Amino acid sequence: MSRPTLTGTRIRARRNLRGLRQADLARQVGVSPSFLNLIEHNRRKVSAPLLEALAQVLGVSADALVEDTDGRLVEGARAAALRSEADLVDLERIDEFTGRFPGWASVLAETQARVERLERVVEQLNDRMTHDPYMGEALHEIISAVTSVQSTASILSEAGEIDPVWQARFHDNILQDSTRLAEGAVALVNYLDAEKSDETGLAAPQEEVEAWLGRQGFHLTEIEQDGVDPEDMVRGQVELASDASRVLAQQWIATFADDARALPLVPFADALARTGLAPQTLAAQFGVPFDQVLRRLALLPPEAVAQAKLPPMGLVICDNSGTMIFRRAVEGFAMPRFGGGCPLWPLYQVLQRPYVPMRQVLMTAGRLGRRYLSYAYAAQATLPGYDMPVVMRATMLITAGSGAEDGVPLAIGASCRTCAQLDCAARREPSILTAGG
Amino acid sequence: MEKRVLVIEDEPNISEALRFILTRNGWQVEVSADGQAALGRLQNDPPDLLILDLMLPGITGFDILRSLRSQSLTRDLPVLMLTAKGQAADRVEAERLGVTRFMTKPFANAEVLAAVHAMARA
Repeated sequence: MSRPTLTGTRIRARRNLRGLRQADLARQVGVSPSFLNLIEHNRRKVSAPLLEALAQVLGVSADALVEDTDGRLVEGARAAALRSEADLVDLERIDEFTGRFPGWASVLAETQARVERLERVVEQLNDRMTHDPYMGEALHEIISAVTSVQSTASILSEAGEIDPVWQARFHDNILQDSTRLAEGAVALVNYLDAEKSDETGLAAPQEEVEAWLGRQGFHLTEIEQDGVDPEDMVRGQVELASDASRVLAQQWIATFADDARALPLVPFADALARTGLAPQTLAAQFGVPFDQVLRRLALLPPEAVAQAKLPPMGLVICDNSGTMIFRRAVEGFAMPRFGGGCPLWPLYQVLQRPYVPMRQVLMTAGRLGRRYLSYAYAAQATLPGYDMPVVMRATMLITAGSGAEDGVPLAIGASCRTCAQLDCAARREPSILTAGG
Repeated sequence: MEKRVLVIEDEPNISEALRFILTRNGWQVEVSADGQAALGRLQNDPPDLLILDLMLPGITGFDILRSLRSQSLTRDLPVLMLTAKGQAADRVEAERLGVTRFMTKPFANAEVLAAVHAMARA
């Protein structure tokens, strides 16, 4: 590109930077606006005397108009200055600044460009928050609860008598809304934590399998029949997007099919209806390991669970590193998607006492604790061999009803991050529920 | 005679608090959580003032406002719109449709009362 081509563009840029109209600049340098327009659009060459005159009016050296030097710097520095709240008197001397301190001007221009890039990211994130239906709904819930708490608390705190009936009602409303608020905040944190990993664009294979099972209500009808073909079952399933998730799903199908063969649906459902939730009795009756009963219970068809008058059952399985390798959540009992769960969970306790079934009533920590009944069991997952590393599997079944009201509960959390039990010996990191969290 | 205000709000605890503060300030308060049903009532027997939530199940506050402004009986009804969505676009839309006041949640009770009094006087 020839130099005159760039010169016209630079004159136009400088004029715009100074906020001068084309006609005003033309008048000041003694040419017609149409001629200046042609120069600025690089369609006429500019003579040396005219270049000097333009440079003088624009407050730059003639070289600055000809040489491709500091236009970007001036623009960047000027943009940064205009956005600051500082006194802008020195703005008039921006050319001098960029001329004398090109290094600093470059830093300023780059910082400004970075700020603009970050602002675009913030806008995009804001847009995403606005249009993400889950996020929108969660925030709406939280704001509604905050509104109600604020308005109600304000009534209660005002001087003057309030009818005791209204007073009791308002106290009750505050309690309800603070529950909503706490649950909404925890759900949002868990969602945002999960979102961090999704930004990589890759869902973990385990999550794909759980999503696939979730769509089927954690019951695979096919496993109740003979001749299960795991490969056929995973073919074309939209949730199983990766090879890894399809392999994993096939492994679980094989396990669940084994469970179904060992504990056939009709006799098992009948036995369950008779005994109620008594995994040890069922394991003895069918002559199977305790954890097989736990898995079978959690993956029963909903009709069989309803027939036994049992609430939905959650299941979590981990290996001896503590990593959860299977999760079926139960309402109100959060299972973190990343990092370990609460070390107090019976799931981890049974790893210390393999082959000993554990029954424990749990209560989620915090003022609004909920009670759950849990059964847990750990067993070796690999065949024993001399001096071979041992791989264990621990399994925990969780249910909100049927026996959860009896006995002294153990206070547990989901993960340290969202746990209200602040003085816990097992705490790994501060909770977000504390001011400093 | 007491002035009548209708509160269309699907959050029962918010409408309960609004009912309390408005009643205490001399208003006769009706509450509805069902926007569609309330719209029918409004068009037959409009109150002196309407407090309208933007996000309602089934019908939005914008739909209700648009309908009110198209009817002669409710064209000038003072409407205070409350919303948990603070976006500028919603305010602009509410103003375009003829809202009298627009307020974002969470609000202070005094703020609502001041707005209601100002709208009732106007």
